[in-house]
Amino acid sequence: MQTALFIEQLLNGLQLGVMLFLMAAGLTLIFGVMGLINLAHGSLYMVGAFACAAVAAATGSFWLGLAASLAAAAAAGAIIEILVIRRLYERDHLDQVLATFALILIFSEATRWLFGSFPLYLDIPNLLRGTVPIPGGSRYQLYRLAIIGVGIAVAVGLFLLITRTRLGMRIRAGESDREMIGALGVDIRTLYTVVFALGAALAGLAGAMVGALQSVQVGMGEPVLILAFVVIVIGGIGSIKGALLGAVLVGLTDTMGRFLLPQLFGIFMPPSQAGIAGGALASMLIYIVMAVVLAVRPQGLFPAAKG
Amino acid sequence: MNFTRETWISLVLVLVLLTIPYAALQLGNPFYVTLATRMAILGLAAVGLNIALGLGGLVSFGHAAFFGIGGYAAGILASHAFSGQPLNFGLFSVAGTNSMPIIWMVAIIGGGLLAAAIGAISLRTSGVYFIMITLAFAQMTFYFAISWPAYGGEDGLSIFVRNGFPGVNTLVPINFFLICYALLIGGLLVFALLRNSRFGAALQAARQNEVRLASVGIAPFRIRLAAFVISGAITALAGALYADLNRFVSPSMLSWHMSGEFIVLIILGGVGRLAGPVAGAMLFVMFEFILGGLTERWQLFLGLVLLGVVLFARGGLIGLLAGRARHG
Repeated sequence: MQTALFIEQLLNGLQLGVMLFLMAAGLTLIFGVMGLINLAHGSLYMVGAFACAAVAAATGSFWLGLAASLAAAAAAGAIIEILVIRRLYERDHLDQVLATFALILIFSEATRWLFGSFPLYLDIPNLLRGTVPIPGGSRYQLYRLAIIGVGIAVAVGLFLLITRTRLGMRIRAGESDREMIGALGVDIRTLYTVVFALGAALAGLAGAMVGALQSVQVGMGEPVLILAFVVIVIGGIGSIKGALLGAVLVGLTDTMGRFLLPQLFGIFMPPSQAGIAGGALASMLIYIVMAVVLAVRPQGLFPAAKG
Repeated sequence: MNFTRETWISLVLVLVLLTIPYAALQLGNPFYVTLATRMAILGLAAVGLNIALGLGGLVSFGHAAFFGIGGYAAGILASHAFSGQPLNFGLFSVAGTNSMPIIWMVAIIGGGLLAAAIGAISLRTSGVYFIMITLAFAQMTFYFAISWPAYGGEDGLSIFVRNGFPGVNTLVPINFFLICYALLIGGLLVFALLRNSRFGAALQAARQNEVRLASVGIAPFRIRLAAFVISGAITALAGALYADLNRFVSPSMLSWHMSGEFIVLIILGGVGRLAGPVAGAMLFVMFEFILGGLTERWQLFLGLVLLGVVLFARGGLIGLLAGRARHG
């Protein structure tokens, strides 16, 4: 039974990691190409979740909701890029932080206005309901496995997009020298909007998928955003590969820490105290990992090569 | 001291803040005394941040950690004084206290130590990394406070009777206001002295041109770390006052919204300006009060105003009134 529980927690950690990757990939892409720190990325995650929940409730179809979440998050991303974000590329990070912090306030209040303060609920689609057997004699939720699958598919897709397509070539060129690709006749403004919308869509997808596991509510994006920051700081800002490995590392560390630390403390402490001390340490564990990584490599594990 | 327009405006602002509670009492509106106290406390917290952010250019998105540790210093010491049980550190134990000066010392030392630890790691990086790392460390203290049940965990910790100050009845709102106000003035003096000192010159040089500073033989890291520690300590002091104002401490004091608000205060007032944080805190609390009375959705409008300030009115209120800072 212990092995089954262990494998289950391992999968949970992987699922959290994959979800964080969807967030972190967008953040790191936006930072890599445009040099922008976007706090409102968590709001786009929330937009995706709300769009999915609302459309799924109206039509009864999770899949339509999922499509709506991609569309809504991408559209919201494109709109804020054109209205606000575009003016921030040349500004310093302080201005970017503040403007996107303001966007969070606006998004959160506007969502509360539209949907009320009560959380929405989103059902797991019928197709993915149920469990599958895992080694050790236990069963695991099919839906969570599907999330892991989607995450891996997105990672592969992003890799192909960036290394094999013309758009990816432009993104890479934008990362290394934005003036030069402008001079070569690439429409940078549109490229930036597309990259921002792409990042937003990934965040929206993450929000929609997690929405079926947790409740959909205002402010749901913020804890995830901060975890995604930890991910890209560990992985190296601007690096998709770093985002993937950082996300898996953070997901596994957090989940396994919460699972194993109380048991570890239980060896030399009474169980009630072990639960408290282990839980408290587990809640800080990823930040400790981050501190250790930074102490050794201040630019993260995979610093993006800057031209 | 030469009296520039900015100096005059700063003086006027600080005096206006002092007159608000007296005017409120005259008008029979004692509630405004609390608002003015809030302005003074948030102003002090932002003065602390302004040392790191305004002078040193260190965009810390984690000052809520220091604010919160100050708040918990007040809450924990007061709760032990209330229950009569000493604080047990394993090897030795300390009695709780409800004397403000001792609480302040503990808050300042606690905030300073935490800032030294966070700064020692975060200051190895710069730019966006620094922003995200300070945010992450503040978040770490937030989750620790939530998951550690001894002092209320998620529910927070009440301070049943406001802590005392020798010779002053702190339960009278105006007295408590004056204490906070005096500390705010103290914070402003520290800021002004630092800014005009050799240390301040080095700190501002670290912001403007790190390489040049290093080439004259001053290590930017140490200067920044010292500034970050002073900054954290002042914000922690404000946190202790804030806990006493609300007679309540909770993890929300450590939340990242709080860190964001401190930066907002400084931006509204003017980055690196002496009275910027005070102007920002006065504007912010007024804004919150007036709009909060008109609509539940005041944060939406706060967001819009903030967006407008960032995009179109850099320099904040002080910049608007006193013109651009003479050197960047």
